[in-house]
Amino acid sequence: MKMNMVEAINRCLNQEMERDKTIAVMGEDVGVDGGVFRVTDGLYAKYGRERVIDTPLSESGIIGTAVGMAALGMRPVPEIQFQGFEYNAYHHFVQHCARLRNRTRGSFTCPMVVRLPATGGIKALEHHSESLETIYAHIAGLKIVYPSSPYEAKGLLAAALSDEDTVMYFEPKRLYRAFKEEVPEERYTIPIGKAHTVKEGNDVTLISWGAMTYISKDAIAEAEKAGVSVEHIDLRSLAPCDWESISNSVKKTGRCVIVHEAVKTMGFGAEIMARIMEKDFLSLEAPVKRITAWDITVPYPKLEDYYFPDKKRILKGIIETAKF
Amino acid sequence: MPVTKVFEGKVDYIQILDKDGKIDSALDPKLPSELLEKMYRYMVLARAWDKKNLVLQRTGRMYTYAPVEGQEAIVIGSGLAAAPTDWVFPTYRETFLYHMRGASLGELNVGWMGWEDGLKIDQKMCCFPLAIPIATQFAHAVGGAYALKLRGINSAALVYGGDGSTSEGDFHDALNFAGVWNSGVVFVVSNNQFAISVPRKWQTKSETIAQKALAYGFKGVQVDGNDILAVYSVIKEAANKAREGHGPTLIEAITFRMGPHTTADDPKKYRSEEEVAYWRERDPITRFQIYLKGKGIWTQEYEQKLQTECSALVEEGVAKAEGFKADPKNIFKFVFKDMTKDLEEQMNECFSQ
Repeated sequence: MKMNMVEAINRCLNQEMERDKTIAVMGEDVGVDGGVFRVTDGLYAKYGRERVIDTPLSESGIIGTAVGMAALGMRPVPEIQFQGFEYNAYHHFVQHCARLRNRTRGSFTCPMVVRLPATGGIKALEHHSESLETIYAHIAGLKIVYPSSPYEAKGLLAAALSDEDTVMYFEPKRLYRAFKEEVPEERYTIPIGKAHTVKEGNDVTLISWGAMTYISKDAIAEAEKAGVSVEHIDLRSLAPCDWESISNSVKKTGRCVIVHEAVKTMGFGAEIMARIMEKDFLSLEAPVKRITAWDITVPYPKLEDYYFPDKKRILKGIIETAKF
Repeated sequence: MPVTKVFEGKVDYIQILDKDGKIDSALDPKLPSELLEKMYRYMVLARAWDKKNLVLQRTGRMYTYAPVEGQEAIVIGSGLAAAPTDWVFPTYRETFLYHMRGASLGELNVGWMGWEDGLKIDQKMCCFPLAIPIATQFAHAVGGAYALKLRGINSAALVYGGDGSTSEGDFHDALNFAGVWNSGVVFVVSNNQFAISVPRKWQTKSETIAQKALAYGFKGVQVDGNDILAVYSVIKEAANKAREGHGPTLIEAITFRMGPHTTADDPKKYRSEEEVAYWRERDPITRFQIYLKGKGIWTQEYEQKLQTECSALVEEGVAKAEGFKADPKNIFKFVFKDMTKDLEEQMNECFSQ
């Protein structure tokens, strides 16, 4: 069935809540309103207010209570309405979600899936356009998944909802309704921690995730027309990260471009570059290139297009790296 | 339009046993003597254990320790008032609760001796792992109570904190959620007058901490936290209320931390000898001892026998905790349910040196 990403996530939540009675969706406006992006539409009517909880307006309260729920036998799916507002809850992620299993030597765990509508490019208000995956990637004990298509969104969410650890589930807002694709109606899972080779190629490896996988596709098509064969890897998960797939591809191509929508400094691309240096230095034919947002605050809508990597910048990066 | 009163609230203060061990007969909960003896025994044991841990820390045999001296009535009174199936969410100050729920003193000290294994808790004990960050536990208890209710388990959740913790946003979050959700939670705030060095009056302008509950739509009550009978009675009532579906209660237990916040600070820097002496006269154990003497339970011989017994238990616990060993590889093994390939490589590198 053809679905956009909103429909795919909604379908998945519905299916999973039917399968597992301990799953509860919670957050601001997720119930009666069905979420500000309609991702949780219809769930309130079907599962009732006990499992689709319209919470008070407090990110810290949402995640704090979700920790208690998760530890005592539920699988909460808290939503942070916009990722730019997650800071108020950040301490619960770091101090509890990430370490509950470790500090109790496995006697308590925190299986929750935190839904994080992220990314910009939709001309939103201030604080509504962030992509903050790196601030979790620095924390041991959190898993991070970042789908780039409706198919991935459904499969990764189903996997996250059967995972025994806290999963930060990023939803690239700009892809919510960007396109539809064939998505199986029935339940399926996509393993967390495995990258996906979008297309094989020989000259340059391009690594991306989330919305940037979608944006990169056009640039790759252009590059191929210009005679550069690109191997496109969509990470799907940042933690755990599929270092092996990255390494294998870089060994093959000797060249690598990383595209991400977060700022450059200490972005996840920096970690990927470091790993390539550690493992595959001798395979490199060119410096690894990063195409990222600039090290500035996300601009207001009028100027935001300067901020995000686009087809033009990505194409330029691929060609430069190929020709180096 | 005349001005109309839209809200009015009150906060009661409850004391049953005064500082001299004299009981208010109208409020006397008339507890059976076995329970009274249990209260006394636990308080004496907690103090012996606490004093020993301070010595261990001072002699380099234990890491940073947060002593409980002076606040035993709150920990033990609440622990005994709760049903065994009520969940407790302690902080570092209430770890004695784990012993009351079945952990040996040795197991209890494993954590204070620097092993995560001290928090390896059988969930059947209904004890949440202690909170070190300030105030985050409040929301965990509210969420925990939600989960228990959804699972059809009729248990209250007792969550602890200090006066300083009420300044945190998390305290507000939790009380607000608990009010809206009508959660079966008992918030126990030990107002021990100082948050490390900062006095209670610098935390909030509110006359009482208990009154903050009124703003969230539920009852707040102040209790003499050094009076175990009052603590027991008030908490028992609040826990029953929680289980019966009548929502949360905030209990402010007035007490004093006789020792430092942890072994890392010197209280002489921030409070006077007079203040300490004032509270010494209000000691929870002394007054209860007088009360038990009046009831014909306590005698010199009784005390001697109890002290000997407690000190043997403490020593046995220390030996057990000091003998504890765990696989060092555990530091890698519990990051995720299944170890990632990357972590496995790091673990192998770590232990190959």
